[in-house]
Amino acid sequence: MSIVQNFEVFVPKLIEKREFFSPGHRACQGCGEVVALRLVLKALGENAIISNATGCMEIISSAYPHTAWMHPYIHVAFENTAAVASGVEAALKALRRKGKISDRYVKSVGVAGDGGTADIGLQALSGAVERGHDMIFVCLDNEAYMNTGIQRSSQTPFMASTTTSPAGKVIPGQRTEKKNMPEIMVAHRALYVATACPSYPIDLINKVKKAKNTAGPSYLHILSVCPTGWRSPSNETMKLGRLAVETGIFPLYEVEKGKYRITWEVGKRRPVEDYLKIQGRFRHLTPEHIKQIQEKVDREYELLLNKVKYSKSWA
Amino acid sequence: MGKRIGMEVAIAAAEAVALCRIDMAAVYPITPQSHIAEHLSDIVHNGQIDAEFLTVESEHSAMSACVGASAAGARVYTATSSQGLILMHEILPIASAMRLPIVMGVCNRAVSGPLNIWNDHSDIMHVRECGWIQLFAENGQEVIDMTIQAFKMAEHPEVMLPALVNIDGFQLTHMIEPMEMPSQEEVDKFLPERKPFAYLHPDKPVSMGCFNMPDIFMETMKAKDMALRNSKKTIIKVWKDWAEIFGREYQPVETYKMKDAEVAIVTMGSMGETASVAVDEMRKAKMKVGLVKIKLWRPFPEEEFKAAVKGCKTIAIMDRAVSFGGVNGPVAAEIKSLFYHEQERPKIVDFIMGLGGRDVRVEDFISMAERAKKKKEDTFEFLGVRE
Ligand SMILES: Cc1ncc(C[n+]2csc(CCOP(=O)(O)OP(=O)(O)O)c2C)c(N)n1
Ligand code: SF4
Ligand SMILES: [Mg+2]
Repeated sequence: MSIVQNFEVFVPKLIEKREFFSPGHRACQGCGEVVALRLVLKALGENAIISNATGCMEIISSAYPHTAWMHPYIHVAFENTAAVASGVEAALKALRRKGKISDRYVKSVGVAGDGGTADIGLQALSGAVERGHDMIFVCLDNEAYMNTGIQRSSQTPFMASTTTSPAGKVIPGQRTEKKNMPEIMVAHRALYVATACPSYPIDLINKVKKAKNTAGPSYLHILSVCPTGWRSPSNETMKLGRLAVETGIFPLYEVEKGKYRITWEVGKRRPVEDYLKIQGRFRHLTPEHIKQIQEKVDREYELLLNKVKYSKSWA
Repeated sequence: MGKRIGMEVAIAAAEAVALCRIDMAAVYPITPQSHIAEHLSDIVHNGQIDAEFLTVESEHSAMSACVGASAAGARVYTATSSQGLILMHEILPIASAMRLPIVMGVCNRAVSGPLNIWNDHSDIMHVRECGWIQLFAENGQEVIDMTIQAFKMAEHPEVMLPALVNIDGFQLTHMIEPMEMPSQEEVDKFLPERKPFAYLHPDKPVSMGCFNMPDIFMETMKAKDMALRNSKKTIIKVWKDWAEIFGREYQPVETYKMKDAEVAIVTMGSMGETASVAVDEMRKAKMKVGLVKIKLWRPFPEEEFKAAVKGCKTIAIMDRAVSFGGVNGPVAAEIKSLFYHEQERPKIVDFIMGLGGRDVRVEDFISMAERAKKKKEDTFEFLGVRE
């Protein structure tokens, strides 16, 4: 009760009070992706231009003549967001230098889903990060192509059932493991790379701010619970995000110039089953399947801890 | 005053772009466009102009970066050919729907397969419906002039559409020609700074690229079509302005010896020069043949084309792309539909020729005109194919 009473006093110090994503958009009930987006935009503040990929966040926000975006916003296509954002950045640089626009620092920010980032969008992203543009690329990862009806992506977790990796009689869902996007971005020498989840809003906001203050390419990979695609109760979105972190399935970390650091220590990890059992996409799993998943998560977590231990900043 | 130069046309195109004081170029190399990409990077790296030069990882990203930069208010340029043009195809109609005045050089080359780097018009015909202004240059001078003109056409407040200049690969790009390079003062006088209608900036936030539901999509498409059709007025006006400053005149359709012609040869691009030599030869032999050169392909200059061939009985069209399984080639399709409603319509004979760099000689144009004249009805054939 006392926290709620003092909300107006304390929260604005931690979180920007202004909204940059207006209510009235068409996201599903309990959509974690739109919560993530709202927090990202708050953390960016007004000095940003958003380039957005085709996907859920675009479709729910921008049916002409409506827009939910208070930032300058552009949507062009599905796979080219990083290229569009790099063009915006180049224009800002040239026009400001030549005195053709107001002398004000503005960040170019690309926002895409996991498909628009890790699959069809990967080439454009690789090119933009390699070229070293001063921009942030935000992947809102809901672990499938949700906008087109829950098809698998390279970010869909092992054994999850989607409409193109169905839990069949012979093949029990997704056959592959998540492609490690943060690692791919670190390999590009992106200056700042981090994972985040809207269930940890302050951690997320801090990372966006760090990215914003990085002069060069940075990459944020944000796990975004999607009740529609994950077949999870829409009032459990925040809880699911926390479980993803507490089980070690989606650890929160950052990589500054190559140096890995866990930003949210979880202590003793919970069993993956706690996370899997409240999602319809994992309903078909047997105890043996769950054991396999647990082993893979343990292995990945160990690898991450090794990176934390041994990685060095190249600065 | 401009300067007389002897220069490779691709290099001259890049120099013309520099005179337009672009803010950004995003280019991916492909033969026969590469010299434009290379020379533009020289220009930027040597500080000849103050611009960003983006060495993107693909043509798809080149066009996407151009869209982003143009939306942010910059004057932008790119150039490509064939496979590159087709790779960026997805973004071309988006650029025109967003009314972004991007300028592009298309160094026309055959589309694979099989792979072939030489000249024809199959690349541009693949993206014909992209909603861009589309010009065809006939020689190096026109490449320089049209490149500069394209910015003024595209950025004009009554147009606000992207524009591309077709430059025949090798036939033009790699030729060294005598040309006049305008001076910076002249270009500055002709081409004012870009004043975008709206641009991405927190000073005044706007949303661009919102999607359309069925209740508004048709209206958007009609508006885009009208914008492109209406651009013809401005294009002609820009050419008048050009003639006043530079003394070189341009028209949507140019004619040569058409006054009493019974047969009209129709060309687009660099082949016009060879065809005009053929016309001279035939005139010497008392054949009443003339030449019609289409300089403006989109918007299609309907009245101008009709006026150009008025009274002519036979139209012999040079089509440099195949519409596989279609009734005839793309240029013939356009012209046939133009005359469908006419009481007195000319006979329209379509020749597919000069594909993938196949040489088209003066004799070929002569044989084309003779064959067309003899035909009893509209026909369609490949000319110069070994059977
Ligand atoms: C070139 C192209 N291929 C396919 C599509 C269809 N498409 C639109 S959005 C989408 C999936 C989006 O998935 P993701 O990027 O993960 O975003 P989400 O909707 O899940 O937020 C697909 C396949 C398209 N618009 N363009
Ligand atoms: S499908 Fe999922 S990501 Fe898309 S709007 Fe609904 S809940 Fe959000
Ligand atoms: Mg997704």
